[in-house]
Amino acid sequence: MKLITAIVKPFKVNDVRDALRDIGVLGLTVSDAQGYGRQRGHTEVYRGAEYQIDFVPKIRMEVLADDEDAAHVIETIVTAARTGKIGDGKVWVQDVEEVVRVRTGECGPAAI
Amino acid sequence: MHALLTEAAQVSSGDTAWLIVCTALVLLMTPGLAFFYAGMVRSKHALAMIMQSFVTIAIVSVTWVLVGYSLAFDHDVAGGLVGGLHLTGLTHAEVAVPGLPLTVPPLAFVAFQMMFAILTAALLSGASADRMRFGAFVTFIAIWSVVVYAPLAHWVWSPEGWLNRAGLLDFAGGTVVEICSGASALALALVIGPRRGWPREMMAPHNLPLTLLGAGLLWFGWIGFNAGSALSAGYLAASAALVTHLSGVGGMIGWLVIEKWLTGKATTLGAASGAVAGLVAITPAAGFLSPLPALLLGATAGVVSVFAIRLKFRFKYDDSLDVVAVHYVGGVIGTLFIGLFAAAAVNPAVRHQGLLLGGGLTQLARQGIGVLAATAFAFIATYAIAWVLRATIGLRVEPDEESEGLDTSQHAETAYEFTSTSGMGRVS
Repeated sequence: MKLITAIVKPFKVNDVRDALRDIGVLGLTVSDAQGYGRQRGHTEVYRGAEYQIDFVPKIRMEVLADDEDAAHVIETIVTAARTGKIGDGKVWVQDVEEVVRVRTGECGPAAI
Repeated sequence: MHALLTEAAQVSSGDTAWLIVCTALVLLMTPGLAFFYAGMVRSKHALAMIMQSFVTIAIVSVTWVLVGYSLAFDHDVAGGLVGGLHLTGLTHAEVAVPGLPLTVPPLAFVAFQMMFAILTAALLSGASADRMRFGAFVTFIAIWSVVVYAPLAHWVWSPEGWLNRAGLLDFAGGTVVEICSGASALALALVIGPRRGWPREMMAPHNLPLTLLGAGLLWFGWIGFNAGSALSAGYLAASAALVTHLSGVGGMIGWLVIEKWLTGKATTLGAASGAVAGLVAITPAAGFLSPLPALLLGATAGVVSVFAIRLKFRFKYDDSLDVVAVHYVGGVIGTLFIGLFAAAAVNPAVRHQGLLLGGGLTQLARQGIGVLAATAFAFIATYAIAWVLRATIGLRVEPDEESEGLDTSQHAETAYEFTSTSGMGRVS
């Protein structure tokens, strides 16, 4: 099993969710995140005091997938989240040892 | 304050109704200021900022009734410097306001003036934002309202005050409210020292919609502040209401144009700040200026304040919410503008027209003396009060309380609760 984590632009969240739903992904966790990569922040000015805002708002999306589905999920996310401009985000994958569904106690791929 | 009050008149129901309405309008300015300020601080200090304005309503109302009003408006006892104690506790206050032949019941005047004392004191909280102990603030404000505000109000607004007799024109508080709060704010900021991390750390406003709401409430109340200072409901009040609004408009336009030119963007905080700067500037002049000079005055104040706001970084004093740059600078500009544009056609109390209306330098010189005297007195007296309090009870919160935020450290509350995971359940 794999944990796929994607950092995407906030306004792309709905596109990614719809695309994942279309390929049959049944669950997804999102959280607000801030960070920077090649996209640097911006400048804000309050009464003449300038601040460099380094951390840009992003959304972190986490999806659990079977090993054989992972590549397709990643490809779907990347396609849906891409604008072609700097700051589109990143996707990374980790191995997952175990998954348990809280309600039923099911383990492994059945719990995804 | 310089309404046509030539002869003792009967109580006028129209004037009385208007003054009571204006009392309510001016009262609303202090909660307005609370929101104006609270939006500009970081979220962990928002409630403490609001609380300082609200508690000022309570504290200064009491000091005003007990002794402040008497020191300000009782018959003079010290060469124009301070009023006597005959009206302490408002005994005898319902009979008459010494020297002012009003067409309203004296107690209406007492209440109206009380709201001015409250607002002026509350303005100071912007200079000491995010680092003053609540108890220290309460103590400071109580003393300050008696020792600084009341005597200065006497100098300028009591017919027996020395600046009043010296011919200073101050319709609604360019010296008594704006210069006084601005010079005092500078003194307080110097004594209490900068916020931890200033100016290196980011201390951006946490809720600008709140600041704009506050600015709107201030603007609304300011009509009562200035037009009410006519102390009558007639031509003068109408003129004051109009020019007050126009100066606020001028301030907003002036600030936004300069800001757009300097930084490339017109900001909402700039709009709110500019409007307030314009309203500050018209405060002393509302009863003496025609509409177009008022517009010019507001624009001048808006433009100058944009630059004045940079002074604190240059001279390294943390006047956190720019009381000096907006209130002091605006107050000085407005007070001096009277010397340029005061028009007898607007207010027959103008004996020497402004310099640009052919009246010569007489009035401008008098205004200049008022600016210097109010600045020196407010700064020195406030510095002394703050210094003594710092040496005795202490002014600042502990460093970790400051980092944690005044909301939790001073009031055991938080302004915004967004998470459902932080609580551990009820403990008692």
